[in-house]
Amino acid sequence: MTTRLRILDDGAWLSVDDSRRVSVSELWRLDAPGFCECDLADMVVENFLETGVDGRTVQVRVYGQCIVCGTKSTTGWIPVGRIVDGEFVDIDREGVLRVTDDKEEAKSSG
Amino acid sequence: MPTDVENWKSEVYGNEIREHLFRFAEEGFETIPDDERDAWFERFKWWGLYHQRNGQEGYFMMRIGTPNGVLEPGQLRVVGEIADEYARGPGTNPIFGDAYADYTTRQAIQLHWIELSDVPDIFEKMEKHGLTTQQACGDSWRNIVGNPVAGKDGQEVIDAWPVIRDLNETFKGDEDHSNLPRKWKVSVTGSADGSGQGDINDLAFEPAYKEIEGEDVVGFNVRVGGGLARNEPRFARDIDVWVSPDRVSDVAGGLSALFRDNGDREDRYNARIKFLVDEWGAEEVRETLQDEYVDFELHTAGRDVREEYTYNTGEGERNDLVGVHEQRDGKYFVGLNVLVGRMGADDVLELADLAEEYGSGEVRLSQRQNVIVTDVPESELDDFLEEDLLEHYSPEPSPFMRGSIACTGTEFCSLSIVETKNRQVRFARWLKENVDLPEDVEEFHIHLSGCTASCAQPQIADVSLRGMKTRKDGEAVEALDVGLGGGLGDEPQFARWVTQRVPVDEVPGALANLIDSFAEAREAGESFRAFVARHDDEELDEFVDPEETDYEDPMMHNTKMTWYPYAEDDSMDAKPPAPADD
Ligand code: HEM
Ligand code: SF4
Ligand SMILES: [Zn+2]
Repeated sequence: MTTRLRILDDGAWLSVDDSRRVSVSELWRLDAPGFCECDLADMVVENFLETGVDGRTVQVRVYGQCIVCGTKSTTGWIPVGRIVDGEFVDIDREGVLRVTDDKEEAKSSG
Repeated sequence: MPTDVENWKSEVYGNEIREHLFRFAEEGFETIPDDERDAWFERFKWWGLYHQRNGQEGYFMMRIGTPNGVLEPGQLRVVGEIADEYARGPGTNPIFGDAYADYTTRQAIQLHWIELSDVPDIFEKMEKHGLTTQQACGDSWRNIVGNPVAGKDGQEVIDAWPVIRDLNETFKGDEDHSNLPRKWKVSVTGSADGSGQGDINDLAFEPAYKEIEGEDVVGFNVRVGGGLARNEPRFARDIDVWVSPDRVSDVAGGLSALFRDNGDREDRYNARIKFLVDEWGAEEVRETLQDEYVDFELHTAGRDVREEYTYNTGEGERNDLVGVHEQRDGKYFVGLNVLVGRMGADDVLELADLAEEYGSGEVRLSQRQNVIVTDVPESELDDFLEEDLLEHYSPEPSPFMRGSIACTGTEFCSLSIVETKNRQVRFARWLKENVDLPEDVEEFHIHLSGCTASCAQPQIADVSLRGMKTRKDGEAVEALDVGLGGGLGDEPQFARWVTQRVPVDEVPGALANLIDSFAEAREAGESFRAFVARHDDEELDEFVDPEETDYEDPMMHNTKMTWYPYAEDDSMDAKPPAPADD
C-alpha cells in the first residue's frame, strides 16, 4: 500500500494518510551545514514546503528560522518519521536531525 | 502538475459541497472515509468551515462572511444565539469564557468549536435571517470589504454600498468564479478616508473622479495584487483603469476570470494574484483585461482622493471609526472598541438589544475588529452612551485598547507559532496601567499576528508583533519579532522589522522603553510613524530595548504543543475525542 503524504493548509502541517502528523512551530536541532553558520541550527519550523519518502523514511523540506543566528531559509530534506508496517512512526525530533542537502537523494513521491 | 488541492477541487467544489457536508453531518463525522479527510476538510472551507488545529479534531471554526461588515437589523442577535448555543467546546478561555464571537480584520465573524452535526441547523437558522458562510474561506470570492458605514458616512465621495451588494449577489455562488486558484479578496471603498484598506486586497476599487464628455463623474480607480501573507507583502498595483459604478461588476468579473485562467494552480504558494502582477507587471494585466475579459473600452485612471486618506495612516484624524460620528442623514454612528475583536455571546446579545433600542437594529463591523452601531438619533445619543455595556466596549477607549488587534493564534489555528488574543489583552492592560503616550498622541496601533500569514495585518501598524520563538535561560519560549512604522494612506508603508525574537515577557518592557524614547526624542507634534521614518533600523532596534518588568506571561511555553493552551491538563495526550454524533 502506498502512503499518502501531503503538505496542507498553506504549509501548516504534514498529513500522512489523512491525519495530521507534524505541525509548524516545532523547534528542531539540525545538523545542516548548508542552512546557517551554527554548528547545530536551532530552527523554528514556519512552513512545510515539500514532502517525500526515501526508503521508509518520511522527509520534509521546510522554511524556518535559526533562533541562534537569525538565518531565515529553506532547508534540505529532514527526516521526521518512518513508515513501519504501513503506519507512520515519529522520529524523535527533540534530538539532532541530520539534513540531506542534496535534494536529488530523496525521492519526492508518495 | 496540479496540486492535490486542485485535483480535489476539480472533482467536487463550490455549491455542490453543501450536499456532502449535510450528508456527513447527518451520518456522523466518523463516516468521512479515512482516506478522504484531507480532501473534504479542504472543500468544507468553501462553505466557511475550517478544521481547527491538531488536538482539536472534529471541531471547526465557522466564518460568517458579512458583505462590507453589514449586519442588518436582527442579524447580530442571530449570531449571538448561534454562538451561545453552538460555539461551545471542551475548552474554556480564561478571559472570554465559553461562548464568544470574533470580529475579524476583514469584517467577518468567526465562531469556534463548531461540530459538524450542528451545521445543518446552524445554516437553516442563518439563512432564514439572510446570513451565510458561503465562500467565507476557500478559493473564491471572499466577503467584500469596504468602509463599513458606506451609504451613511458624511465623508463619502460615492455610496459604495449598492456596488458592494451587487458584487456580492453576482459572485456568491457564481459557478464561473467559484473555483479560483486561491482566495480572492476584494475591497470597494466610496469614502475619502481610505477605510476600505484597498491596498492590501487582491482587487481594490477606490473613489476617483474622471472627466467624461466635459463632466466630472465619480467612480473608481482599480488596483490589483495587494496582500500581506508569507513574508511577501505587496500593496495593490495601479493598473490605470477608472470605472463607472455601473461597470464595476464587469471589470471585477473580468479580473476574477483573468485570475481564474492565469493564476498558478501548480504551486499554492505562488498562486495569489499578487505574484501574477509581479510577473506580468500592471501594464500587461491591463492589456489582458482589455483584450480578453471586457467588451468595452476601459478608461484610464481618474483623479483619486488618496491624499485625503487617514484610516490606519498613523497620523491625522480618523485612523479608525471608533467614537461618535455624524451620519449624512443627521443621525449618528457610534464605533465601539472591541479589544482583539472578541465578544462573549451574552454581550453580543445585549449589543443586539441596544442597537434595536437606540438605533435601527443594524450593526456594522470594521477592519479594526470593532463594531459600529448606526442610525442613533441625536435625542437618544446620551442615553445610549450611558449604557453599562459601553464601559467595556468603549467609544472612548485608552489608546492601547483602541489600537490593539490580534489574530487567532495557537488557541485554534494550525499555522500559528504563538498565543495571540489573550496575550494582546494582557499587553494592552499592562500598557494602559504603566505607559503614557505623549499627550497629543491619541492613537497607537499595535497588531499581533501569530505567524507570517499576517491575519492581524501587522505590517500596517505603528508596532507590528509577529510570532517567533527563542531560548531564554536555555528554555525554548514564545517570542515576538518587532516591526515599526507601518501604515496605509497616500504613501503606504510596511513596517520595518527592527528587533527579532524578543521573549514574550519582555515585550511590554520593550514597548515601554520604545515609547519613552519616542516621547523624548520626537520633534514637536511628530507622529510615531514619522519618527520611525527618520531613524535607521539600528537606532530603532536600540529604542526597542527588551526588558523584564512586573508583567508576567503565563503562556511562555510552547502553547502549540498543547491541545488547548488554557486547559488544566493541556497536554496533547489529554485531548478530547472527536465529538460524537448527537
Ligand atoms: C483558524 C484560523 C485561521 C487560519 C487557519 C487562517 C489561515 C490563513 C492563511 C493560511 C493565510 C495566508 C493566506 C495566503 O497566503 O493568502 C491567512 C491570511 C490572512 N487571513 Fe487568516 N486564518 C485564520 C484566521 C484568520 C482571522 C481571525 C482573520 C481575521 C479576519 C484572518 C484574515 C486573514 C487576513 C487579513 C490575512 C492576510 C492575507 C493577505 O493579505 O494576504 N484569518 N490566513
Ligand atoms: S496570522 Fe497565522 S496564527 Fe494568526 S490566525 Fe493567521 S494563520 Fe493563524
Ligand atoms: Zn544558526
